[in-house]
Amino acid sequence: MQYSSQAVAKPYFIAAIALFVAQILFGLIMGLQYVWGDFLFPHIPFNVARMVHTNALIVWLLMGFMGAAYYLVPEESETELYSPKLAIALFWIFLIAAALTVVGYLAVPYATLAEMTGNDLLPTMGREFLEQPLITKGGIVVVALAFLFNITMTVLKGRKTAINTVLLVGLWGLALFFLFSFVNPHNVVRDKFYWWWVVHLWVEGVWELILGAILAFVLIKITGVDREVIEKWLYVIITLTLVTGILGTGHHYFWIGTPEFWQLIGSVFSALEPIPFFAMTLFAFNMVRRRRRDHPNKAATLWALGTGVMAFLGAGVWGFLHTLAPVNYYTHGTQITAAHGHMAFYGAYVMVNLAIISYAMPLMRGRAANSNKAQVAEIWAFWLMTVSIVLITLFLTAAGILQVWLQRLSDNPLPFMVAQDQVSLFYWMREWSGLVFLIGLVIYVWSFFIRGEEKAA
Amino acid sequence: MSSSFTTATARNMFYGGTLFFLLVFLALTYQTERSIPQRDRHEMLADPKVVAGKKLWETNNCIGCHTLLGEGAYFAPELGNVVKRLGSEEAVKAFIQSRPKEGIPGRRSMPQFNFTDQQLDEIAAFLNYVSQIDTAQWPPNIQG
Ligand code: HEC
Ligand code: HEM
Ligand code: HEM
Ligand SMILES: [Fe+2]
Repeated sequence: MQYSSQAVAKPYFIAAIALFVAQILFGLIMGLQYVWGDFLFPHIPFNVARMVHTNALIVWLLMGFMGAAYYLVPEESETELYSPKLAIALFWIFLIAAALTVVGYLAVPYATLAEMTGNDLLPTMGREFLEQPLITKGGIVVVALAFLFNITMTVLKGRKTAINTVLLVGLWGLALFFLFSFVNPHNVVRDKFYWWWVVHLWVEGVWELILGAILAFVLIKITGVDREVIEKWLYVIITLTLVTGILGTGHHYFWIGTPEFWQLIGSVFSALEPIPFFAMTLFAFNMVRRRRRDHPNKAATLWALGTGVMAFLGAGVWGFLHTLAPVNYYTHGTQITAAHGHMAFYGAYVMVNLAIISYAMPLMRGRAANSNKAQVAEIWAFWLMTVSIVLITLFLTAAGILQVWLQRLSDNPLPFMVAQDQVSLFYWMREWSGLVFLIGLVIYVWSFFIRGEEKAA
Repeated sequence: MSSSFTTATARNMFYGGTLFFLLVFLALTYQTERSIPQRDRHEMLADPKVVAGKKLWETNNCIGCHTLLGEGAYFAPELGNVVKRLGSEEAVKAFIQSRPKEGIPGRRSMPQFNFTDQQLDEIAAFLNYVSQIDTAQWPPNIQG
């Protein structure tokens, strides 16, 4: 660690991992409710567990992005962070707001929460992923703006590199598109249309810039490859991302009442979206192959390579699978969507967060890399989590194909609930794989506490 | 990559390409806004029940279990066409009203929301409105 203010990243990373654990526990509750319908009912209905699962995911990924920014921006800019105090204050505000929101979800009925938190003033709640109360949404905006101010001031006073520029563009874009979470027209078609400006333009737009920048930073550090080469790759990748991803939004505009020209535009451009993900895979492997040093942190290298592969599989391959309008007509809103959502989120955003955490945490704890013993545990965690997400994806894909067949394609289409019963075996297998994921996660957390011989940083 | 292709070129390509496709996207958004009135049944929004129903839909987080026009959660049936599937707004109201408080043993359960008669009318009116939107023939059949 070259600048002492980089250390503010540490609480962000720790909180991110804690929320990750919460996310998975609620995922397992839902996985069980899929096959044991009234499990925990009516205390934790499925929709409540789902809100906790997905919101915890989003919040911890954002925590991770912020931690990553605080860590890498001073180093890239070659200057101390503009205000470490502000960064710490924002950390507590964000964490407490997130915790209160989760307590709100669990403690009172959602309608009561909406009433208590001023949803009547400006109804924004009750839409997928954007379930947060108005005050939480407001809090997110305030924290995001103060964070961006802090980071931007740091970049402005220091060296400007491709990495911190791209990261900044991505983070500003993230905040900008979040503002569409306040847009909620009565007209369902328009509501859905702009809802995707948050969801799609995040994960298949500006978040990919953040992903690319973090990955490029980690690769520079662990491979020692020329900055010039890595930065060129970065720009090429994110160009491909936005050139395909912006109009690719159209793959969500097939069946929601929007005009039918989107079927062509959405299909064509989203079909090209896997290209930047593939470029990212090539990028990661190429850089590691051309490495000029053997970094002692093997675990971080593995996470970085894993991000390349799994993001391509989850977003690129599983995305392509159902992105053409004639296919999506049958798969829209089925378990195939859930399969893709899991592998894409894990492969791209979970893994890149774990890559930067793996690289930066040891340095913030005063060592070049963790002990061999700790790294072995982390590498076990990598494989357990990654293999189980692949299994979860495969089981959900199988369930999805059967669901499409039974409910949408066969001569005597079955009602939803009947079709679900028919595929419950796959939901059981998903749940077992989820338990393996949890074991991997426990080992991951445990690896932070394993000591042994460590080289000083 | 060859040396004539510099980082600066790549960066300019990024800004140029992004700007261009953003503008195209905005133009298509404009075109969308102009043409959705032909399929979105906005005239039904003149009925305050529909608007109130949408709010009830949101504040009870129905989307956390159900899909609506294919978006949402995959735990419970699609509701974009439920008025057609169950046959009438009355049937939809009866279904919602009849959910047991403690759930159904062993079966995926839907909460009892204790809606008033008026609220039931509103939520049914909302679901009826959604079922009239022109979705390019989606879903493939009545099962959703
Ligand atoms: C906790 C999950 C959950 C929530 C929240 C929920 N539902 Fe349901 N809903 C279900 C389940 C499960 C079924 C299927 C019940 C069955 O077949 O026994 C269902 C069925 C229905 C049906 C009948 C569908 C059919 O085709 O038979 C309607 C109508 C309905 N829900 C409306 C609503 C509305 C309106 C809301 C919000 C006010 C809502 N639901 C919230 C779980 C939920
Ligand atoms: C890392 C990047 C990505 C992430 C995190 C991601 C995540 C998701 C999630 C969570 C959904 C479900 C949204 C909902 O609840 O309605 C979804 C839907 C979808 N995604 Fe992705 N995605 C990514 C990239 C891609 C790519 C590159 C493609 C295309 C090649 C793609 C194609 C689709 C399609 C077609 C749907 C709609 C599914 C449906 O009709 O139900 N995604 N994605
Ligand atoms: C490990 C065990 C896990 C289990 C059992 C699990 C289970 C579930 C279930 C049951 C749903 C709801 C599906 C529905 O709407 O019907 C869901 C949604 C979701 N989960 Fe998980 N999950 C797990 C891990 C993860 C991980 C690691 C991630 C992130 C990388 C993740 C991201 C998501 C997302 C993005 C959604 C929303 C999907 C969509 O709308 O399409 N989950 N999960
Ligand atoms: Fe998308």
